[in-house]
Amino acid sequence: MRALLRRLSVYLVAAFVALTFSFLLPRVVPGNPVAGAVARASQSGACNAQCVRAVEEQLGFDVHTSLLSQYVQYWGHLAHGDLGHSWSENAPVLSLILSYVPWTLGLLGVATLMSFLAGTAIGVLLAWRRGSWVEWVMPAATFFQAIPYFFLALVLVLVFGQTGTMLRWFPSLYGYDVYSDTPGLNLPFLFSVIGHAMLPAATVVLASMGGFITAMRNQMVTTMDEDFVLVAAAKGLPTARVVWYAARNALLPVVSNFSIAISLVVAGQILVEIVFNYPGIGFHLYDALGKLDYTLVQGIFVVITLVVLAANLLADVVYVLIDPRVRQAA
Amino acid sequence: MTVDGTTLTQIPPLAGAGAEPIAGKARLLRLPRSPKVVAGLGVLALFGLGALIGGWIAPYSPNATDEAGWVQHVLVTGTGPGTNLAANYYPLPLPPSPAHWLGTTVFAQDVWSQLLASTQATLFVGLLAAAIATALSILVGVSAGYLGGAADEGLSLLANVFLAIPGLPLLIVLADYVPSAGSSILLVALIIAVTAWAYSARVLRAQTLSLRNRDFVEAARVTGEGPVRIILVEVLPNLIPIVAASFLFTTLYAIGAYVAIAFLGLAGSPSSSPPGLWNWGEMLRQGFANNAVRGGWWWWWAPPGICIALLGTGLALLNFGIDEFVNPRLRLAGITARTARKAGVRLRASLGATPVLRRARKTSERAGAG
Repeated sequence: MRALLRRLSVYLVAAFVALTFSFLLPRVVPGNPVAGAVARASQSGACNAQCVRAVEEQLGFDVHTSLLSQYVQYWGHLAHGDLGHSWSENAPVLSLILSYVPWTLGLLGVATLMSFLAGTAIGVLLAWRRGSWVEWVMPAATFFQAIPYFFLALVLVLVFGQTGTMLRWFPSLYGYDVYSDTPGLNLPFLFSVIGHAMLPAATVVLASMGGFITAMRNQMVTTMDEDFVLVAAAKGLPTARVVWYAARNALLPVVSNFSIAISLVVAGQILVEIVFNYPGIGFHLYDALGKLDYTLVQGIFVVITLVVLAANLLADVVYVLIDPRVRQAA
Repeated sequence: MTVDGTTLTQIPPLAGAGAEPIAGKARLLRLPRSPKVVAGLGVLALFGLGALIGGWIAPYSPNATDEAGWVQHVLVTGTGPGTNLAANYYPLPLPPSPAHWLGTTVFAQDVWSQLLASTQATLFVGLLAAAIATALSILVGVSAGYLGGAADEGLSLLANVFLAIPGLPLLIVLADYVPSAGSSILLVALIIAVTAWAYSARVLRAQTLSLRNRDFVEAARVTGEGPVRIILVEVLPNLIPIVAASFLFTTLYAIGAYVAIAFLGLAGSPSSSPPGLWNWGEMLRQGFANNAVRGGWWWWWAPPGICIALLGTGLALLNFGIDEFVNPRLRLAGITARTARKAGVRLRASLGATPVLRRARKTSERAGAG
């Protein structure tokens, strides 16, 4: 429990730093968003003092009070789930983000889980059958690990995508067929969603699996030399059983390094969504950047950070559950 | 056990006083023998060369356009002769040809020249960011590990916090707000470095922690050396392999991050003012934004992507080489399964003792080594 509380405090500090950073950045950096928005407003007629004031209110920038009271106000807004108002979509940022999140979490969750399971299994196999043809999987895994997610996405679109020029097997734009399907609980929509998720999910799985393979293989090679594995084999246990004993111990360090993996996968997912115009949080981040909608950009940054921190905490909880040594200490 | 004049020797598990003394130089020389390291170094040398002489061998300026000669002009249907509209043409890029080795873009620019210019900037930013990040990680990691106590708590917390905050979103927000970040590669490198140092710092801290109670460090402390001198003279030299590995890892990350933010249009475009530099991410961004995938103009967007993948693989292979150098259990030292079988050594699933193998010198040369 103490280990878990310690990690929790790290994440709380991280959340605090990220939120404070998100507050300070637009206010400290010169050329703040208010000036930009005022300039935009001035295009359709002169923006007088009242207009400037209105722009500031809309962006949540009360520049006439002290930084400290603005900061207190900012936390007050956050506590009420108020992330500001997006001018480009003309809607509250939080409700917008909540409509994006299911797409991202669905795709990311399924793809990461598949990649993790397949990657670890392949890593175990590689470690167990060292020196045979499977050694050739390692360079291939390295290559896929080195390819940027969005480039792999472009290649998959070219080969398999309907907007590509070769096989045209899978749809490669949007999260569902926006012309013929109505979102909701109906079968055509469900199939459409699954079809549209194929290529983005394949991209994330292919690009992230290499890391899991390498990590698991290296851990497994070290673990196989431990005495308990030798004892298990000496007792005459079936090979599968011995591998299982070694694998579940090799898994522990891999899980404890999950935070780095999840950070990389999230980064990759943002770029993949952009390539596929997938209606998740990454695509809308890109969209908001293009429209200079700083409130939305900031809101998305805050939400992504909080979700990643929560995922980290979840990985830590899983770690405590699967490692009896940590459980004993708790 | 002789196999074609070479022998496989099983190194005794305890490399104690009786074991063959290995001179530092010989160990360093053995590093490049692994095929992974050779391949990695080769790829790096190729890109380094391209970056160095790219400016001279590029046939055109990356910004040069020739609207008349470097694009195909396709008549827009429904315009021109036979219709009552004036002839209207749209441009299409040229596929690779002797004049343009990698073809042209839809803006009538030479892709090969752009690729050479991009290689230079991408490598420079990647290495600069990695250098800054590595310096930061040494500063934080080694101080935390050596000082211990409250300083360690604070610095570790800092590193863990930066590790937990997702890198790319932070990078995007930073690059988006910092004005004219795109036009200054120093600023871009600095922003990338801020998001890249934490992992190495954690690794270095752990290693410093294990070093600081070793006898030679204790001895230095007892003789009255100051902490700065101990860190610089006693601790740091022992961290060099880890620093090297983490530098490669960080370069890989930094190049990926630079390409990613350039792809998002946040690292400056050569056509913006003040102009940014050509880089692989910018080439991909232009290709993607102008439907190069849908148009089937692979020569526009594939080369930069392949370059990133190749360079990344090269760096990763080099990193593997260092890993195997540090941890011999991961290495097969270029010994194939066939050679091993002939020599009667089991490679597979050797429980309890993974054979640490290396190819011994020819029998005739072994006289002094045994």
